[in-house]
Amino acid sequence: MSANLSALFYLISGILFILALRGLSSPETSRQGNYFGIAGMVIAIVVTFLSVGNFGTGFIYVLIFLIIGGSMGAFIAFRIPMTAMPELVAGFHSLVGLAAVFVAISAFLKPEAFGLGIIGNIKLASLIEMSLGAAIGAVTFSGSIIAFLKLRGIMSGAPITFKGQHFINLILGIIIIFLIYYLCKSQSSNIFWSLVVISFILGVLLIIPIGGADMPVVISMLNSYSGWAAAGIGFTLENTALIITGALVGSSGAILSYIMCKGMNRSFFNVILGGWGATDQASNLQSKEKKPVKNGNADDAAFLMKNASSVIIVPGYGMAVAQAQHALREMVDALKKNGVKVSYAIHPVAGRMPGHMNVLLAEANVPYDEVFELEEINNDFANCDVAYVIGANDVTNPVAKSDPQSPIYGMPVLDVEKSKSVLFVKRSLSPGYAGIDNDLFYRDNTLMLFADAKKMTEEIVKSL
Amino acid sequence: MEIDPFIFRLSIFILSIFVGYYVVWSVTPSLHTPLMSVTNAISSVIIVGAIIASLAGASENIFETSNIFGFLGIILAAVNIFGGFLVTQRMLQMYKKKKK
Repeated sequence: MSANLSALFYLISGILFILALRGLSSPETSRQGNYFGIAGMVIAIVVTFLSVGNFGTGFIYVLIFLIIGGSMGAFIAFRIPMTAMPELVAGFHSLVGLAAVFVAISAFLKPEAFGLGIIGNIKLASLIEMSLGAAIGAVTFSGSIIAFLKLRGIMSGAPITFKGQHFINLILGIIIIFLIYYLCKSQSSNIFWSLVVISFILGVLLIIPIGGADMPVVISMLNSYSGWAAAGIGFTLENTALIITGALVGSSGAILSYIMCKGMNRSFFNVILGGWGATDQASNLQSKEKKPVKNGNADDAAFLMKNASSVIIVPGYGMAVAQAQHALREMVDALKKNGVKVSYAIHPVAGRMPGHMNVLLAEANVPYDEVFELEEINNDFANCDVAYVIGANDVTNPVAKSDPQSPIYGMPVLDVEKSKSVLFVKRSLSPGYAGIDNDLFYRDNTLMLFADAKKMTEEIVKSL
Repeated sequence: MEIDPFIFRLSIFILSIFVGYYVVWSVTPSLHTPLMSVTNAISSVIIVGAIIASLAGASENIFETSNIFGFLGIILAAVNIFGGFLVTQRMLQMYKKKKK
């Protein structure tokens, strides 16, 4: 296949990828969009086979490895529970990053196969592109592994900080730039390998200081990185499909990170530099005094909600941990039978990744037109009888609106306290991730339901 | 003077960033998780690099170091392609409208 023809086909698959993202503007068109994406991928792979035109023994091996990888992927995709989606996505990011590193290594070891020159005399531009691809890919890989371990609970979600951390990261970043510079001058493979190793280390150090609830930002950021890595490789291989995809994914991840930061009213750098929970916990411990809270049980909650005319559910990460989404849906069904109007309010950073709550509710068969974003529903709290907060905490804290001293001041929060009564399902009075006491616990219209989210919801269903 | 082909690729790259910017802002927030998994899947188009790495300029020995890295790249990218698209499909299947 001629180079021009295959370039046109790569353009087509790039366009199909754009359409795949475009489809996600509404759930109705999204499934079709996914097929566009699959078609784009098939075109890109087939065209690559045809343009390489080598159908010898190597081709058989490629097919075998494709099938091995493909069946592992398919197995994972079918078996994974929806609650594990954040760590799955982090794991997948790490694979893209590592694949980018491998392709870059391979291009460095055998540049003539890619038409980039010969060993020891690789074209300057290609060398810069492949080393950038390798460095970003390596950071994506090791960073995503750390994110995966934290999300999976294998590693503690608490921020790991030490003195001079940011200084070391800065030094590593500068070393990477120097290594790329010297790599271009010397073409030495030792420098290339050190570049890869240092990037792996940088990836680890970048993610360890970031705590659990900041994971939505981290995942989006790594998503973005995996795109830039792909684009770097795309420039090396002079492949339009890769360049287009890399740019799409890169900007997609960047926008998601922006939305997540906005949802916490924090700057991107503030999140990346980490240590939100770390600094504030100390001051919080001192100011802890016993304030009275109203304590309720499942029967009280059932009574309140049954006699309400409208209920708003506010889910958070705790719902995901307790896997309470199905019980929640049963509760809502029972309420609807009693003529109660129920809707769901989702904060942008609820959960551990963008859209986390929406997927869980969709899994529990909650129709997506009952689920609303913060701006859409926030005014409705004033007219609602009961707000049922399940597994959310910081995103409902009224302190964010009233106390300029609070670290979460200015963060957009759900106006839960405006509803006539608030039911707050929580295991204990402990503060949330931000380490800040939630003012909502002590309000007169708040009834605390101390229990596991799932158990409490099930009990409420029973007494309904 | 002729324009370096690199400039054309750079133009495609920058225009695609703009396309991505506008397309992604129009994605509804409730589909942000599928957005991540599908961008994951499509960024695995890096498999074309891995295929070239394992096939192109193949000499007698198909298990040279560079080919092996290519093969590894293929496995990783394939996990992602199949896993990414299928899990997206599975998620999107769950988004239903209210039964009237």
